[in-house]
Amino acid sequence: MRRQQTNLIARWLITAVAALVIVPIFLVIGFIFYNGVGALSWEFLTQPPRQGMTQGGIAPAILGTIFLTLGTAIAAIPLGIGAAIYLAEYAGDNRLTRAIRLAIVNLAGIPSIVYGLFGLGMFVLFLDYGTSILAGSLTLGLMTLPVVISTAEEAILAVPREFRVVSLSLGATRWQTIRHQVLPHALPGIITGVILGLGRAAGETAPILFTVAAFYLPDLPRSIFDQTMALPYHLYVISTQVPGMPLSLQYGTALVLMLIVLSMTIVATIIRTAMRRRREW
Amino acid sequence: MNLNSDSARATLPDRAEQAARLIRATKWDEFIIENAVRLSGMSAILIIGLIFFFLLREGAPTFLDIPLRQLGGSRWYPIEGLWGLAPLLYGSILVTLGATVIAVPLGLTTAVYLGEFAPAWQRELFKPLIELLAGIPSIVLGFLGWVTLAPLVMRLGAPTGLTAFTGSLLLAYMALPTIISITEDALYAVPREYRDGALALGATQWQMVWRVALPAARSGIVIAIMLGIGRAIGETMAVMMVTGNAANIPELGLGAFFQPVRTMTATIAAEMGEVAQGSMHYHVLFGVGIVLFLITFAINSLATKLVGAGGRRRGGGML
Amino acid sequence: MVNFYRGRRAATPRLPDDSGKRSPLRALLFLLALLILLPGCRAARDADQTGAGLDRAIQNKGSDTLVNLALAWAEAYREIEPTISIAVTGGGSGTGIASLLNGTVDLANSSRDISENEKATAASLGIDIREYVVAIDALAVIVHLDNPVEELTLAQIADIYAGRITNWREVGGWDAPIILLSRETNSGTHVYFLEEVLRGGDRQNKDIFAPQTLLMPSSVGITSELRRNRNAIGYEGLGYVDLSHEKVVRVAATAAGPYVPPSVATAASGEYPIARELYIYTAGEPTGEIARYLEWVLSPVGQAIVADLGFVPIVNGAFNEFEQ
Repeated sequence: MRRQQTNLIARWLITAVAALVIVPIFLVIGFIFYNGVGALSWEFLTQPPRQGMTQGGIAPAILGTIFLTLGTAIAAIPLGIGAAIYLAEYAGDNRLTRAIRLAIVNLAGIPSIVYGLFGLGMFVLFLDYGTSILAGSLTLGLMTLPVVISTAEEAILAVPREFRVVSLSLGATRWQTIRHQVLPHALPGIITGVILGLGRAAGETAPILFTVAAFYLPDLPRSIFDQTMALPYHLYVISTQVPGMPLSLQYGTALVLMLIVLSMTIVATIIRTAMRRRREW
Repeated sequence: MNLNSDSARATLPDRAEQAARLIRATKWDEFIIENAVRLSGMSAILIIGLIFFFLLREGAPTFLDIPLRQLGGSRWYPIEGLWGLAPLLYGSILVTLGATVIAVPLGLTTAVYLGEFAPAWQRELFKPLIELLAGIPSIVLGFLGWVTLAPLVMRLGAPTGLTAFTGSLLLAYMALPTIISITEDALYAVPREYRDGALALGATQWQMVWRVALPAARSGIVIAIMLGIGRAIGETMAVMMVTGNAANIPELGLGAFFQPVRTMTATIAAEMGEVAQGSMHYHVLFGVGIVLFLITFAINSLATKLVGAGGRRRGGGML
Repeated sequence: MVNFYRGRRAATPRLPDDSGKRSPLRALLFLLALLILLPGCRAARDADQTGAGLDRAIQNKGSDTLVNLALAWAEAYREIEPTISIAVTGGGSGTGIASLLNGTVDLANSSRDISENEKATAASLGIDIREYVVAIDALAVIVHLDNPVEELTLAQIADIYAGRITNWREVGGWDAPIILLSRETNSGTHVYFLEEVLRGGDRQNKDIFAPQTLLMPSSVGITSELRRNRNAIGYEGLGYVDLSHEKVVRVAATAAGPYVPPSVATAASGEYPIARELYIYTAGEPTGEIARYLEWVLSPVGQAIVADLGFVPIVNGAFNEFEQ
């Protein structure tokens, strides 16, 4: 009887604590939504800031984030998928491979500000790209690399052995097999990982602090060597450095950033679940 | 193909030549691709080596030119040449400790709930929700902390709302998805036989979880905690906005949590923009970066070793 | 959630390769080569630093005290010269001067003198630093609206910020700990406050801020925290003060002297003891568009904007009283 009591109490407590974790998630997202949705308007999304940034919109920041995300994709995808293919198809079980895996795990764990430091030292100063979209994209790309590699490798490994065996037995080369049999079936999984990684890159502030972000630019960037405004940095600036900044606009900016990142996460999850259901194997 | 017929013999040299050319071309292409892929594979090692080398190169003067006693000093005041790293280390450790103390019980319990007690519909709903939490940008959480959490903490009686505790609270929620997800995997990997055996012997569900499943998942849980710590210690923007950024070592005791602190990450973020390239301040900030790198490197390498030792039996990928 | 610690499947079977197809990966090698050669393109693209025939924005960076003024100037200048863009960034006086020395900005805003170290670095780099006074700023000491303390001497303020006075009752207020708010060390305002208030202008004095001082990213950070914290004390340029949300302390140079509130008038006349000049620094004599912009800033039109924002304008190097 006492065991049953303990069981009941334990169940109740565990559920309560879990609620303590899950309910705030709703609260946070809902709170930002509630306070920020009032600021959303066509003008807010398409106009540049005015009056010392206390009025107008955040269009340059949104565009800047889009540019940086594209740049991150270009920087991270080819290298990431290549590395994933290597690990899944070519790597043997030896010390080199273990070292590579260790490197990937560590790259994933490096704090984003350390990536920012590296980006500053390497791209901005040493390679003399200056604070630019190029430097920012490369920095973000490096940061996104481990995510892309890891999820792409999972996706590739999930393709059944039989596909490869049959293809090879029919006379295809290893690369032909990968290119025509493995990659197409791994593609949704790879895309999931890429979108997740890009979503995280879009929301990061620390790596772009000294590599690309600008407080206020009167014009849009004209080349990859220009600085740009970006949403995460813009939110940081307007919430801590602009006097007379209406709170609604701050929440609005936070909402736009959160929506962009969350929608990418959601899209990735949808692709993943849809794929799981449709899978023939 | 009859290689001995007259027509065949006539064009054989041409065909052979054609074939040889094709093979050379395609063999060469395949050669390039395979080596590009190999190179991509190595890139991870190259990159991390490059990062470490660069940090070392720019941060070395910190440890070569500044006597260790100064680095261990209790004042961090760069414009007067006071390079005491102690307050910064202290700030990072305090905030991370607080985050761990909050996040581990919450995270483990939630993982247990989702894995063992929750009905399927809840699992379907909450697992993506927790992933959503992982997706919320840190600056957004920092902003929310600055606007709503800090005043709340002050209402609780703290001298100011910008404290280590506020930072720990935010960090805890940011580390939760990591802890929950990995603990969940660890619990999932516990063989059915263990659970069934316990239940067959008459254990209640709680007894089975507490005495059988959790201990069996112990190594995975340790890894989850370590990675959560790694996540917390590396966070920048959220702590920068709510911890007050005071490079101070308060007196030991519970009250220390309700004092402002300054983390290593926030220090780099706040000060790097100002420094002239090549100045001592520049080098010392890279030195702080080295410390951060080494700490996370140690945590991640240890976790990797534990994975190898513990072994994971789950076969499928994350698809 | 990406889990880097899941198990792996066994490697797939390998067979010797024979034929393949053309690879798009040569493009990758080409791209890599391009990446290394890129800096050359950028160097060619940049116009000369002093801006004759600019095809890029004027880079204006530095003091947060000046940043809103700089922004107002940039926006106003755009009205009269739409083809010239001016990019404005904050970051602190130290940041601006450092960037000037690194060669990445044209105009560095600063709320403090250039330091000896910085002058030495400039000399070693062969840069001829030019200093232009563009406004005068009174530094206000602020407390919460409810705080009963109305006046303080410079010595008391120094003691408070150095950590020697820690409770409000020691200066006539209620019994509560004093929460110190300050700017970051890269802020010119911070350095000015350190040298002129904390150290009382004494070069031999080596006092520094108390370690428990909260370092806020900007003056906005200081006022935000001050508004919700009854026990906080802070400092900021007069241009940032909002009397509906914070109280300004009257300051006396000595315990005997008159307690003067900061204002454009008292700063201009010198009665208020904590007033400083705000500067723009350039590398070398400015020419072309940059020179024209600077001229405009120092003109009555530019200085009227200074007055609008709560700073003390200067015209022709002399203090001037503008109608507010």
